[in-house]
Amino acid sequence: MIVGAIGLIYGFIAAPENVEEVKEMMASGHHGDEHGAVESSEINVEQLPGEGIAEEHVQEETHAAGDASHAEEAGHDDEHYEHVLHQLQNKPWSALYVAAFFFFMISLGVLAFYAIQYAAQAGWSPVLFRVMEAITAYLLPGGIIVFVILMLSGFHINHLFIWMDPEVVAHDEIIQAKTSYLNVPFFLIRAAIYLGGWILFRHLLRKNSLKMDEATDNTYFKKNFKLAAGFLVFFIVTESMMSWDWIMSLDPHWFSTLFGWFVFASLFVSGITTIAIISIYLKSRGYLEFVNDSHIHDLAKFMFGISIFWTYLWFSQFMLIWYSNIPEEVVYFITRMEDYPVLFWGMLVTNFIFPVLLLMNSDYKRVNWFVIMTGIVILCGHYLNVFVLVMPATVGESWFIGIPEISAVLLFAGLFLFVVFNSLTKAPLLVKGNPFIKESKHYHY
Amino acid sequence: MASKVLHAIYRDDDLLIQAVKQIREARYHIGEIYCPFPVHGLDKAMGLAPTRIAITSFLYGLVGLAVSIAMMNFIMIDDWPQDIGGKPSFSFFQNMPAFVPIMFELTVFFAAHLMVITFYMRSKLWPFKKAENPDVRTTDDVFLMEVDATNHDVDDLTKFLYDTGASEIKLIDNK
Repeated sequence: MIVGAIGLIYGFIAAPENVEEVKEMMASGHHGDEHGAVESSEINVEQLPGEGIAEEHVQEETHAAGDASHAEEAGHDDEHYEHVLHQLQNKPWSALYVAAFFFFMISLGVLAFYAIQYAAQAGWSPVLFRVMEAITAYLLPGGIIVFVILMLSGFHINHLFIWMDPEVVAHDEIIQAKTSYLNVPFFLIRAAIYLGGWILFRHLLRKNSLKMDEATDNTYFKKNFKLAAGFLVFFIVTESMMSWDWIMSLDPHWFSTLFGWFVFASLFVSGITTIAIISIYLKSRGYLEFVNDSHIHDLAKFMFGISIFWTYLWFSQFMLIWYSNIPEEVVYFITRMEDYPVLFWGMLVTNFIFPVLLLMNSDYKRVNWFVIMTGIVILCGHYLNVFVLVMPATVGESWFIGIPEISAVLLFAGLFLFVVFNSLTKAPLLVKGNPFIKESKHYHY
Repeated sequence: MASKVLHAIYRDDDLLIQAVKQIREARYHIGEIYCPFPVHGLDKAMGLAPTRIAITSFLYGLVGLAVSIAMMNFIMIDDWPQDIGGKPSFSFFQNMPAFVPIMFELTVFFAAHLMVITFYMRSKLWPFKKAENPDVRTTDDVFLMEVDATNHDVDDLTKFLYDTGASEIKLIDNK
């Protein structure tokens, strides 16, 4: 109960942050939209040869058509500006989507990790179960937010997914061939199945875990074991399809067979890093006195290992496409290398070189502030990873990490922390009734 | 040099660790312990310095990485540039992704093999070396502990060792 009360205070600390950011986000979201329109019309006025070009590009077109001497040139420019305008209109939406997906994927990664602990009957980790459960609590709000964004895309409120635009599809044979899979109703039904399934599994696992606290035998543990195994099968299929649907279909011409694994590696390492950071934070406040350095050491080993795994998949995907140099595939990397060079290569530094060098030493994995520092870099790196996955397809070269991007991250970070710490207050921080809890408490490397 | 050593035999690894702790508390000196398998935590209980093999492994990995870079640069760029799949063959960095698997493999290869060789040299193991363990049963199921008895009363020490759970004790007297 004491822990519960103290945890609530955390919740309140996170909450005002959250509300402010909502306001900030609303303001910046609108601002971003207007700004996009204004900026592109300014460019038009400055550069177009004809006079009196109005703000609306529809009018521009009529003007251009009327002005015979400049028609061709202006028409071409208009096309470009219209393109930029669309990109800039997409920008705040993409920022919102990237941030929403990033925090959602953290909690999904934690759920997968949590299920693996049950399925493997791991002895070291039960002391961390409540932290993991709390992080997965964000699955419900986060999932709903992502679903709403996808729905808005489906109803053409935003234009993140170009295959949803019937005009584009009408002129694109490749997308036409894929319409039996890539169509809005089926897309949303699939999203609902993934999210519903994950949230249901999470709910049942959590419910059994709470019941286990009062249980006298291992019935609920066995139930959770079976549930976790079932979840993992469901998860690996749906996660893969989710990554095709929600991210890969942003570039509807391009495909990669290991894309699901790649996204999985990213969400898994982000999830584990978040567990480590939140555990260390709670421990430093004196709530997880039963978590010792060996538990942190193990989490850091996972961070280290999965970072390498991520790089392995990144490189496998990159090298095959780079080497074969088939235009329809390699264009994906060309846009990223030419328009996002800093992020594209910088990601390798933050997600691979940095964690490898910092977490290689066995002793450093036990130094808590070291793990926190590396963890923050890894999380930033995987945010950039999602950014580079999404942005080139939606905003092209008009990207910039500005107010919409940062405030979207802050908004969801605030919501995420609020939900997670609020959930931490709902149950004792140490699970009871888990048959491995004694082993876990005494665990030492 | 005259030295007296007691060989105490234990039959269980948990018992062995307990005994090691008690013997060290009683300020006796343990020379060596022969085990049929690695006992988790024994090095810490005996107070041995932590291993430095991880550092050597890291350095060997760096050597492997350097060798692979030099090797690929010489083979594929300097000595005989080859046009494979239209990839630029006149610059190491533009061709680098193709070399990454080799760089990785040689890093692992050097780290692993040199680490094993280092381990053998540090443990003074080489082919045809005569076995050092004083009792052949230590390759099967017993743990043998050498306790230095030169400056101690042998009877007291023997009794103490039996109390810690030793199953048999032998005095080796090198005069």
